[in-house]
Formats: sequence, structure tokens, C-alpha cells
Amino acid sequence: MRVTAEQRFAVRLELNGRTREGLAEPRTQLCDFLRHDLGATGVHVGCEHGVCGACTVLVDGVAMRSCLMLAVQAHERRIETVESLADDDTLSDLQQAFRRNHALQCGFCTAGILMSCVDFLERQPDPSEAEVRDMLSGHLCRCTGYTGIVQAVLEVAAQRQTNEEV
Amino acid sequence: MKPAAFDYVRAESRRQVLELLAEYGQEARIIAGGQSLMAVLNMRLAQPKLLIDINQVDELAYIELRKDCLAVGAAVRQAQLLARPTLADEVPLLALAMPWIGHFQTRNRGTVCGSVAHADPSAELPLSLVTLGGEIVLESIKGKRVIKAAEFFQGILTTDKRADELVVEVRFPLKREGIIYRFQEIAMRHGDFAIVSLAACIGLDEVRLGVGGVADRPVMCSLPRGAALPDALNETAWSLDAQDDVHASAAYRRQLVRELGHRLIEGV
Ligand SMILES: Cc1cc2nc3c(=O)[nH]c(=O)nc-3n(C[C@@H](O)[C@H](O)[C@H](O)COP(=O)(O)OP(=O)(O)OC[C@H]3O[C@@H](n4cnc5c(N)ncnc54)[C@H](O)[C@@H]3O)c2cc1C
Ligand code: FES
Ligand code: FES
Repeated sequence: MRVTAEQRFAVRLELNGRTREGLAEPRTQLCDFLRHDLGATGVHVGCEHGVCGACTVLVDGVAMRSCLMLAVQAHERRIETVESLADDDTLSDLQQAFRRNHALQCGFCTAGILMSCVDFLERQPDPSEAEVRDMLSGHLCRCTGYTGIVQAVLEVAAQRQTNEEV
Repeated sequence: MKPAAFDYVRAESRRQVLELLAEYGQEARIIAGGQSLMAVLNMRLAQPKLLIDINQVDELAYIELRKDCLAVGAAVRQAQLLARPTLADEVPLLALAMPWIGHFQTRNRGTVCGSVAHADPSAELPLSLVTLGGEIVLESIKGKRVIKAAEFFQGILTTDKRADELVVEVRFPLKREGIIYRFQEIAMRHGDFAIVSLAACIGLDEVRLGVGGVADRPVMCSLPRGAALPDALNETAWSLDAQDDVHASAAYRRQLVRELGHRLIEGV
């Protein structure tokens, strides 16, 4: 696949379970493509150099920075954004726990953190506080001081463990 | 900020990558994980004419256990190597050092060879490679060459790699009996670039100590154990030409090499 600087490439991907298509220049970042072309404005863009984590999405189920990927690199991939979490009006368990524990204030960082947590909890269903903090080191939150976020993640992990046992 | 315009090729094979590098040379850039390059492009610190994406080149996505080394191909992500169940038995230093590379989210995409090609003086993988005496395999359309890590790294973001060459593989020497491996790092926060990082291969009378984040490249030195160690560490600390920057003073860096080095080696 070759796309010249002047061309627009028809990027086709699966976004939150639906096949979507849009035109992108080679230099278009994935975060901008998701927001501006596909309307997934839950993807937040903070620093555009990989530091803040606000733009984190799942690519084929794995948490990554969408500001450090090109839209053309997402061609034929499966992308999940924060819009995938709630079931119509019912928030996911993770979102509910964030709400209960005051794990967000302005919410700018939250969409990215939630997506990291989805991948993280898949791999570490029973994490320690230190492991949660290590995962969160990839995100900047200027409001909460992280304590509520750590609590929310641990609470969901514990809840899911209990649910599994019954 | 947004990148300047470039042509983009999603390469299908190693051969195609080498041909494009031969044709475009300086004007082309490889994109592997993009965890360093994308920031550089977004800030327009680099404006390549052509970006060659190696993420889909399956023949480069191998981790191979050989007689004397663990060989890692150019399309292998850091998370993939770190998740290898046998890593701590094969190359214990990597199992200790790799969790310090950035964050979970950046390791999910960043590659092992990309970090080596990028050659940040405080990066953990170049430091591990130099400390263990590993090798880098470079390939161009004209052929392959294998180079020792200590000769490959030449300065800040500067290596012996030529513009038409691809880092196809890096080779980490396997664990040696009787050697204890240790790693330690000081950064502003976990996952930030190291102010000082130390990797050690500790034998009964002798130690190989690798120092990252101080000189303009990772440096390995052989040190004695016992009473002679503090003086030797002091000499090492001064030999690295530490610099002041926004994160730490040169004096603090030297102190870390002495103090942290001693603790790491003598285990106190
Ligand atoms: C928030 C954040 C924190 C980070 N913290 C750390 C850290 O603590 N320690 C650390 O070591 N790194 C850190 N990094 C950088 C690390 O994540 C990168 O993965 C690594 O530096 C580059 O690997 P890459 O595969 O992403 O390469 P890219 O970004 O794709 O490429 C980097 C450079 O190497 C060249 N290149 C890549 N692969 C090859 C190849 N096979 N042959 C020839 N040239 C090649 C590219 O052309 C480019 O010039 C951090 C990054 C971020 C965003
Ligand atoms: S916008 Fe992507 S990490 Fe900050
Ligand atoms: S809630 Fe405001 S930045 Fe995290």
C-alpha cells in the first residue's frame, strides 16, 4: 500500500463494532481522524506527543496512544473508544465505579484512562495497588490526585472477582 | 502540532523496505512503533519525504532463542518481549530493565529495535545491550553487517547506522551461570526518561556496570569488587562527562553513579 502526500486514502476500520470509512492524508493522526472524520469525540487530544494519555484507545484490543499513530495505520484494524463502554444509557461497571469514587472532575483525562483500564484489567484481573499506579503512570490527571481513580479500578477488579465466584 | 506532509508506504517485506531505503536514503524514515518518531514528526523536528511502515512485515516479527543469544526482529513490540514467559531465565537483565521503559501503553506499540535505532542516551534497551555485550544486525540492499553494541551507539540519537540500513535484529547474550543481574533507575516519575540508570552483571571478583542517562550514550565499564570499588566508581562517575540539565545537575548524576552503583553491586 502506497499513498502519496497529496492523496487521500480510504481508511476502513471497525469502530466500536461498526465498519466505518473515511478519507485520510498519510500525515493525519489517528486521534484527529477518529474525532473529525468519524465523530468519536470521546477521544481527547492533550499533548500530541504521547505524554498525557488522554488520546488512548484500543487497537485490536490493546491500549495505545492514538496521537502516535497515523490514520492509515489503522486501516483494517479494530478500534474501540470510550463510546464503546456504556450500553445505551447504562454505564459500564468501570464507569460507574469512577463516578462513585470521584475518579474524575473535569473528565478530560478520563476517556483515555478508562480505555487503558479495559485492557489492563483483561490482563491483570486481580491487580495490586502498585500495579494500578504503574499502569496509571501513563496518564496525566490534573484534577483528582489519582487516589479516586486507583480506588475505582481496585473496586471494579474486586467486584468482577466476586461476580465470577458466584 | 501536526506533521508536515509525506508519502507513506506500508511495506510488505524486508526486501521492499531495503529497496525503498536504497532509493530514498536520507529522505526516508522507518516508522516502527512510532513512540518516538511520531512526536518528532508532530513537532516537525523531522520532515521526511517518505515514511516506510514496517509494522506489517511479518518476517521481522520473530523472537528466536539461539545457542548464545536471544534474537529479536525489528517488528517485535516491547510488550511482546516482556510478556515472554521464559525471559527471566534467558536474559534476566531484560526482565528487570524493560518494565522501566515508558509505560504499559507505550510498550504496547514501541518496538525493541526501534528503541535501539533511536539511541536515546537514557533508554533502557540500549543500556542493557551495551552492558551485556550484545550485537546489532544492520542490513541494506548491499548486504548485512553485525556490529557490537558498544560501537553502534555514538552519541545522542546518533548511531553507526547508515541512511540506507535497517536494524533488522538485535541480539541479547544469554544468562551466564554465576552472574547476578541487577537494574536500578532514578527518574522524576516511573516511566519518565532516566536521570541515571544502572545495569549490572555481578561476578565474584568483577562487575560489568552499564551507566545510562549520564554520558551521551550508554557506557559499560569493568569494576573490581570489595575495598577498591568506591574509588573505581568515583573514577567512573567523573569519566562520563555528566551535564547539568532541567532534570538534574551533573554533580547529582555523579553522586547517583557512586551511591546507587555501590548499593546495586554490594546489595546494601
Ligand atoms: C510517554 C513516553 C515515555 C517514554 N519513556 C521511555 C523510557 O522511559 N525509556 C525508553 O527507552 N523509551 C521511552 N519512550 C520511547 C519508547 O517508547 C520508544 O518505543 C522507542 O524510543 C522507539 O521505538 P519505536 O518502535 O516506537 O520507534 P519509532 O518511534 O518508530 O522510531 C524511532 C526512530 O528509530 C528509527 N527506527 C525505528 N525502527 C528502526 C529499524 N528497525 N531500523 C532502522 N531505523 C529504525 C525511526 O526511523 C526513528 O528515527 C517513551 C515514549 C513515550 C511516548
Ligand atoms: S494526546 Fe496523545 S498522549 Fe497526549
Ligand atoms: S479529571 Fe480533570 S484531568 Fe483528570
